[in-house]
Amino acid sequence: MGISVEGASKRFGDFRALDDVSIEVPDGSLTALLGPSGSGKSTLLRAIAGLETLDGGTVLIDGEDVSKKPTQKREVGFVFQHYAAFKHMTVFENVGFGLKIRKWKKPQISDRVHELLRLVQLDGLADRYPSQLSGGQRQRMALARALAVEPQVLLLDEPFGALDAKVRKDLRTWLRRLHDEMHVTTIFVTHDQEEAMDVAGQLVVMNEGRVEQSGSANELYEDPSNEFVMSFVGEVNRLGDDFVRPHDMDVVLDADERTQEGLVQRIVALGFEIRVEFVLADGTEVWAQLTRAELQRLELREGQIAYLRPVQARSFNGSAPSDTPGASTPLGSQDGGDAEVSAAV
Amino acid sequence: MSAHSAAARVGSGRGSRWTLRALGLGFLALLLVAPLVMIFFKTFEDGLMPPLEAITSENGLKALKLSLLMVAIAVPVNTVFGVVCAILLVRHKWKGNALIDAVINLPFALSPVVIGLALYLLYSTNGGWFGPTLSKAGIEVLFSVPGMVLASIFVSLPFVVRETVPVLQEIGTEQEQAASTLGANAWQTFWRVTLPAIRWGVAYGVVLTTARVLGEFGAVTIVSGSISGKTETLPLFVSKQFDGFNEPGAYGASIVLALLALTTLLAMNLLKRKEDA
Repeated sequence: MGISVEGASKRFGDFRALDDVSIEVPDGSLTALLGPSGSGKSTLLRAIAGLETLDGGTVLIDGEDVSKKPTQKREVGFVFQHYAAFKHMTVFENVGFGLKIRKWKKPQISDRVHELLRLVQLDGLADRYPSQLSGGQRQRMALARALAVEPQVLLLDEPFGALDAKVRKDLRTWLRRLHDEMHVTTIFVTHDQEEAMDVAGQLVVMNEGRVEQSGSANELYEDPSNEFVMSFVGEVNRLGDDFVRPHDMDVVLDADERTQEGLVQRIVALGFEIRVEFVLADGTEVWAQLTRAELQRLELREGQIAYLRPVQARSFNGSAPSDTPGASTPLGSQDGGDAEVSAAV
Repeated sequence: MSAHSAAARVGSGRGSRWTLRALGLGFLALLLVAPLVMIFFKTFEDGLMPPLEAITSENGLKALKLSLLMVAIAVPVNTVFGVVCAILLVRHKWKGNALIDAVINLPFALSPVVIGLALYLLYSTNGGWFGPTLSKAGIEVLFSVPGMVLASIFVSLPFVVRETVPVLQEIGTEQEQAASTLGANAWQTFWRVTLPAIRWGVAYGVVLTTARVLGEFGAVTIVSGSISGKTETLPLFVSKQFDGFNEPGAYGASIVLALLALTTLLAMNLLKRKEDA
């Protein structure tokens, strides 16, 4: 069941939440809507579910225009950031809610609910109330509840947003596996680019109510169509009109015509990765990502002068994305001594 | 010094804690408990019989029945109205809400006597807006049960709304939205999700409404004419017994009224405890 949205627009007072948004979600795919808060990603998801009425545009599920259909007839599974658990019902009753509404017989409900509880690894907790569950368990319950009615599509609104880092990672791995097994067309909203890249096959990057770019994680990272996408899907330094990823910054100790002088301000060890922060002569602050081995070889210390050479840079002057030609920063990534840096991509 | 540490300091010392407790309890004892104890004491001063006779008298029983009838009509009406109104106020935002919100508080702000007078004027057969028409249709509002019911509903109208609104705001709309994504229509969502989620707030409002209706005096006095054995509720009965120097009768009926009120208050406390749990 593919989903497509055509020309969606939505205003909240003076705020333009969606501005002529069109997306295409292929059948059986796992797609992430990625963007900062206020970018319209949640509004778009809610519009697909019918929880928000669009001012203009259409939503098609499996080719059918559902724009006029109320939520309860769209057969979408929806998972909310804060679980939206029915607090007065047990886990069993929560998961069985949709089936009860569909007037299933009791034994069938029981079979289906227990099957789903096994799937989300909550089978021992059927008689608990949501208040007796951890955040991760509640969200798995909410997912089971959404899946119970065999929805055409599964929509998840920042599903892991309220969970701590460890549970988050576990759950997203688990969601990806679940999707591999069930193949239900899934869209999930997140502001976390790492999460989006980890889980989703296709990403749609949104900003200020518009779609900036869509594609695979790799396409967005390697070939961002504008400054926003480039800085949102990864770290970025700005050098004049050029944008350089921190791992594309070579640090050398000898100046040549392609380098810029920088003062080492701070060296931060983040496990395997070392973050070296520089201030350039014109006051620009940039940082380079090095490995431990590189740092040891260079013997960098805070307060010393070193030289920076962008290995690969992009500029977005004009409308078309360009792959560095015409950039003001001289480039030279062929320098063999610093090959490890760019290899870290 | 931060506000937090300042707040922690008030009442934190041993001495000041006891002073505060003594003040609080003393205030309650003097103003609330003493009068109640006194009435219990006075009632049974001459034994069980005088008060018992008073409340089992024909007029006494009639008054009790009428009071319970007021509860039986006004409480369900105000419960349904209160829940519907609360949902309107919280879930359907529009400009008229501020006005509705203000008007709902009127019964709290107005003296019951004024409410009684207003109803009297409206339903008077002599120049009232509605009185003559209803009278022609054979419906007597004043000095009979319909007027008393109207007065009871008026004075106790805000409680369910006021208790339900904050609970509705607190539960938010996500559970209701989740229900709709699972296929529930508006009616199913209300019965299966919204109502169970707000039930303690509603119950609390119902208890307060009941207590208010049972105790209502001012508005009901005016519209009922306080006709013994006909339009006399328990509080009116108490007043009349007292005015007629039948003190044991007044006290006996007061005790019944106090017990009914205490029962509702107890129910309220039990509900509150359950809600907190």
